[in-house]
Amino acid sequence: MLKPSKVLVIASGPIIIGQAAEFDYSGTQACQSLKEEGITTVLVNSNPATIMTDEDIADIVYLEPLTAEVLERIIEKERPDGLLPTLGGQTGLNLAIALADNGVLDKYNLRSLGTPIETIKKAEERSLFKKLLAEIGEPTPRSATVNSVKEAIKLIETIGLPLIIRPSYTLGGTGGGIAHNKEELGFFTASGLANSMNHEVLIEQCLLGWKELEYEVMRDAGDNCITICNMENIDPMGVHTGDSIVVAPSQTLTDKEYQMLRSASLKIIRALGIEGGCNIQFALTPHPIVAEKWTPNRENSERSEYYVIEVNPRVSRSSALASKATGYPIARVAAKIAIGKKLDEISNRITGKTLASFEPALDYCVVKIPRWPFDKFARGDRTTGSQMKATGEVMAIDRCFEAALQKAVRSLELGKRSLLWEDSCWNKESSSEYPLHPNDLRLWAIMAALRRDSSCEQISRATGIDPWFISKFKNIVEMEKRLLSEPLEENILLQSKRLGFSDEQIGILADRLPEQVRQLRREKKIRPAYKMVDTCAAEFDAETPYFYSTYEQENEAPPLAGNKAVVIGSGPIRIGQGIEFDYCCVHSARALQKAGWKSIMVNSNPETVSTDFDTSSRLYFEALDEESILDILENESGEQAGEQEQPPASIVQFGGQTAINMVESLFQHNMPILGSSINAIDIAEDRSRFEDFLNSLGIPQPPGVAVLSSKEALKAAGTLGYPVLVRPSYVLGGRAMEIVYSEEDLNHYLSLSLETNNCRPILIDRYFQGKEVEVDAVADGETVLIPGVMEHIERAGVHSGDSIAVYPGINLTDDEISTMVDYTTRIGLALQIKGLMNIQMVIMRGKETSDIYILEVNPRASRTIPFISKITGIPMVHVATNVMLGTSIAQQGYKGGLHKKQNLVGVKAPVFSMSKLIGVDNYLGPEMKSTGEVIGIDHDFPAALAKALIASGLMLPARGKLLLSIADGEKAETIPLIKKLSSFDYEFYATEGTASIIKESGLPVKMVARKISEGSPNVIDVIQDNSVKGVINTASGGYNSLKDGFAIRRAAVEKGIPCFTSLDTFRAAVEALTNSKHVGTVQPLKEYLAEKD
Amino acid sequence: MINKKAILVLEDGAFYEGSSFGATSTTYGEVVFNTSMTGYQEMLTDPSYAGQILMPTYPLIGNYGINKMNFESKHIQARGFAIRECCHQPSHRQSEYTLHEFLISQNVPGISGIDTRAVTRHIRSGGVMMGIISSDMTIMEAQEQVRNLPKYDATRFVQDTGTDRVYAWQEDENTNRKTPSLAGDKSPHIAVIDYGVKYSILRILRQMGCHVTVVPHTSSADNILAAAPDGILLSPGPGDPSLLQDITETVKKLAGQKPMMGICLGHQLIGQALGAKTFKLKFGHRGGNHPVRDIATGRVYITAQNHGYALDAATLKGGLDISHISLNDGTVEGLRHQELSLITIQYHAEASPGPLDNLYLFERFLEMVKSEEKL
Repeated sequence: MLKPSKVLVIASGPIIIGQAAEFDYSGTQACQSLKEEGITTVLVNSNPATIMTDEDIADIVYLEPLTAEVLERIIEKERPDGLLPTLGGQTGLNLAIALADNGVLDKYNLRSLGTPIETIKKAEERSLFKKLLAEIGEPTPRSATVNSVKEAIKLIETIGLPLIIRPSYTLGGTGGGIAHNKEELGFFTASGLANSMNHEVLIEQCLLGWKELEYEVMRDAGDNCITICNMENIDPMGVHTGDSIVVAPSQTLTDKEYQMLRSASLKIIRALGIEGGCNIQFALTPHPIVAEKWTPNRENSERSEYYVIEVNPRVSRSSALASKATGYPIARVAAKIAIGKKLDEISNRITGKTLASFEPALDYCVVKIPRWPFDKFARGDRTTGSQMKATGEVMAIDRCFEAALQKAVRSLELGKRSLLWEDSCWNKESSSEYPLHPNDLRLWAIMAALRRDSSCEQISRATGIDPWFISKFKNIVEMEKRLLSEPLEENILLQSKRLGFSDEQIGILADRLPEQVRQLRREKKIRPAYKMVDTCAAEFDAETPYFYSTYEQENEAPPLAGNKAVVIGSGPIRIGQGIEFDYCCVHSARALQKAGWKSIMVNSNPETVSTDFDTSSRLYFEALDEESILDILENESGEQAGEQEQPPASIVQFGGQTAINMVESLFQHNMPILGSSINAIDIAEDRSRFEDFLNSLGIPQPPGVAVLSSKEALKAAGTLGYPVLVRPSYVLGGRAMEIVYSEEDLNHYLSLSLETNNCRPILIDRYFQGKEVEVDAVADGETVLIPGVMEHIERAGVHSGDSIAVYPGINLTDDEISTMVDYTTRIGLALQIKGLMNIQMVIMRGKETSDIYILEVNPRASRTIPFISKITGIPMVHVATNVMLGTSIAQQGYKGGLHKKQNLVGVKAPVFSMSKLIGVDNYLGPEMKSTGEVIGIDHDFPAALAKALIASGLMLPARGKLLLSIADGEKAETIPLIKKLSSFDYEFYATEGTASIIKESGLPVKMVARKISEGSPNVIDVIQDNSVKGVINTASGGYNSLKDGFAIRRAAVEKGIPCFTSLDTFRAAVEALTNSKHVGTVQPLKEYLAEKD
Repeated sequence: MINKKAILVLEDGAFYEGSSFGATSTTYGEVVFNTSMTGYQEMLTDPSYAGQILMPTYPLIGNYGINKMNFESKHIQARGFAIRECCHQPSHRQSEYTLHEFLISQNVPGISGIDTRAVTRHIRSGGVMMGIISSDMTIMEAQEQVRNLPKYDATRFVQDTGTDRVYAWQEDENTNRKTPSLAGDKSPHIAVIDYGVKYSILRILRQMGCHVTVVPHTSSADNILAAAPDGILLSPGPGDPSLLQDITETVKKLAGQKPMMGICLGHQLIGQALGAKTFKLKFGHRGGNHPVRDIATGRVYITAQNHGYALDAATLKGGLDISHISLNDGTVEGLRHQELSLITIQYHAEASPGPLDNLYLFERFLEMVKSEEKL
């Protein structure tokens, strides 16, 4: 095969549920891998918060929307001779198929590399896949492909319930579900058909309770096949693998079973002709205890010991996990296979001695736990099923299962929720009372039931989880009981550490403070050893700097020699703390290395670039809590080896709230911190100190107070005047932040939040509904450099992470900008910021002058750092890291103040995953809800905005019908927009009040009923019957007003049509639609940046 | 469960403290590690582990218990079992008893709770060496004793691991397996010379339609040929092949008489019979993930391996060509003869435990047998 010279890599776009940071990891590896082979890479991604879009990763980077049209224009311009479709998740795969189907690949003589498009179709299209498997004699569950609900219902008789509905070409099981009855079957079939790219769904016998296994397999063009890893889902069939707790390698399979499924995997990958990696899922006969309950009548009717469930013909979330679990770089190798290399021509960079053609051997156990967003969406449906709901995941490694599990639980960062946590309403006598059905709290419910003496067998039967896992959970409970009753002596302390108990858990059970447990450990020399992940179970001497902690004899990680610093990572991807912070951590590690320092990364997220073994000088795959960070610092100080060096300094600015929260612990233990002082951090976080600080500088902020009780709160709100903004101090992603319009609503808020937020105060501020702006800055104590200002499209009150942000501020006056710069500079200097900070402000415009108020100052990297770095060309994290190492901003060649404006407009738009989160309101408010972001870049605002909206799925269709239901206060503002749209090919539906206003202005409108109870046609009807192509629903605030529109908004989400809940966003969308003349531009980022005025 | 302490002490004095499981007696042997993550039952009952203390590098052992199906010989062959963690609550529909019960029933001692990765790293750098597992010696006593043990390298094991009588292969009724029936007289007849054969080899030959007769390793060439087999398979087995010069002589007489396949020790014996020398590997090849290249096709296969000795490529003669090499260290993994119907492999095409990618070699052997018949 001829090696290509220029390869187009399609990335996966924004982070959404089911498609997260793992594709930054795989795309980055792929681009680097191709670069090593001397190939020019052209990367297209709409997500700026990615390492792969850095100039030193891909050769030519396009930050453009991921649509077939845009890709065609890029292909026309760049003329690549190869296309890599299998590293950009489902998005990349579907786009590649579209390009093949519409003839673009042929037209430009563009060869799809690696797995052929035909193969992708065979694996993705359910009916073709089934046919192929039947041909090679691999068993699949009984099933049928249907194109209508009617056909589906018939299957109840032929196949039998329960049935699983799987749409073709979708991600994370979108639109699918498990039907236990006829109604559910109808519902899921309809939603599956709506979500499927080819209006087809597969309906399949549902093997509830069967063991679920996954194999990661690779094949090269020479037909060499290997398996990288197998994984066993602790949650049996019925729960999406992305929502399952997973262990690697499998724990309950005999060698015969392991090899049976391995052989089947190889047979399948060969039959499909995949060149690269793929993931194969199997269902395997369960343990008799489980089978008895879950498959009672199937005993003799099964045709096979196992069934093939699914094949993903691409690099996936599971392959990212497998890469981190084994150390085998799947994406890197897959990219090389795609250009024709064979497995035995690729070196294994972990050992530096062996080749890629081997199968990793693990000498440890890996546990992955999903991170669900229900800490933010307490009202959402917490049940887990065939549709994925987790936003991220954590992984932990140890030498036994119990410890890996407990470390993974610690890594979830769910406040103080260790495995000991129990819901206060669970104090139940019988195990049937615990929420043992699949849901995000099931693990804790199982532990609670075991503590109340439920037998392993009972739990296994109730959950379908194999008894092996339950007996391991039971081991943890047994140790808890011993810790409660026995004196805390050396032996039991060591044993509990080996089972993964944290000092804090031991302290709770043995009635000690965590510090006392730590002290006891020091006395008894009970310290973690660090072992290497080396792909070969120590058979060969490896050079990987990839370690995990365990309580065993031999420590393999002597302190790194030379100047070094620890970069504290950001943990699992969650709403409010996304991939942006991983981007920052990776950049900091690189900056350290560039400056001649050793970088030590600590993180618990298997999906990210930061946990790639060659991102830093050394990687500790560990939970991000006080205990593990201190242990690592002690290990690096040589304390274990008896040497007493100074512990390395920690960098806490880049890992989001996770890392900054570590400051207090580090300070208390005299651990050095690089960057801004703990005092600066405390001033920014402590409400009253912050108020005094701003007062002393004469910089205004909205009036507000911190309160500790409901009484104080009500009094304060009365004085400030409603509406008020309420939130707990130390927030993450606006958690529990709300705008409250009345005393009644405030009472409601307080009743929910005071109990969950013990001893930390609640902040109440006057709410200014002005124009929100923000700046990121880097400072060194003498100079404050502001790369640019960002203006939010939505007025204050919508969380900044959910707002559309525009660089440079396009509607800001020079005076406003210079005030912002002045405030930022003075705050940066007064706080003696060393590194990054982010300031959010609100502008209240008067007749002649504007007042600017400071909303918050974050003395750390913000969500917008990747965005502002990319569009201004200032590598903010590099500059900040160098400042921390002692190189001033001036020495780095930058001047203070506002950096010169670029000749471009950049728009950052949020992306939501609401269709996955049943029961969650998609209304924009002060609580962050988006899971990812996209960028639109162009020469003028409307074009950039249009690109951002296209990329985020918020672009209005060129024509069609819209449904409007507008809050009273905003009705007048809406009319000009409607007028504008009516000059295009638009028609309008509206609810009563809105309709009458539209009618008054002389435009035609159809009125629909607001509530289903008010008859037909109502709002839901016109959404569900495909009449309307977009929904605009705003609310005046307050719980009741919000409740009203909930059904409309959810219906729009489920239909997958744009839904605007802020008039500001809608206005922007109208503007983009009507004013963007040249959306056709596609240009690499570098060219945009190089343009002079 | 009584948590009795136990120690593993190595020849060079290194020691590891853990808990006793299985039998509580003292045992010794050459300490070797295997990197397979599954298949402890097959490993323990593999005769090639005779004289050795077996240590899996995977830490969680015993998870699926012991079943009736997966024996590779009648009983445990390893002298001792050293592991990180022993599972006392196994979970599997086929499980009959726990690993602990299994070791007790066969009077084989085990040690658990030791840092097996540390032991592996020690052996990787120091080479395989003798070791003792004991639950009643002190560390000093064991360190003293371990130096005076009969050396593995100087011990001959095949008299204990091979059969001493001729028999036709039939599944034991206890295994819950059935011996497949044969097509009739046309089925090829394979004589397997038993130095410590694994049942899987016999099962696979039978499944491929062969009459399988197992003969003692002490059988003379004339006796073996007198039974008129259509092909001869030389089985794997334990120990240093250079101690087996008498057997090598028998093999020399058999070579070329009938289509022949050698596996593991069988491969080494064929090499020796045709004039090659063997040497001891520093820490052996033991695991289910070893890449091997089939030189004729360029294809890479993942193989199951278990050998401590290898043929020295520089000494190969007598018309032998290297057919397979290890991609890890370049050692000889298989041979074919330029003229004779003779193939060998150093690894385990029968897997058990391990990947089933190499069954094609049995097919290749049977093709030789069949084409020979036609002549």
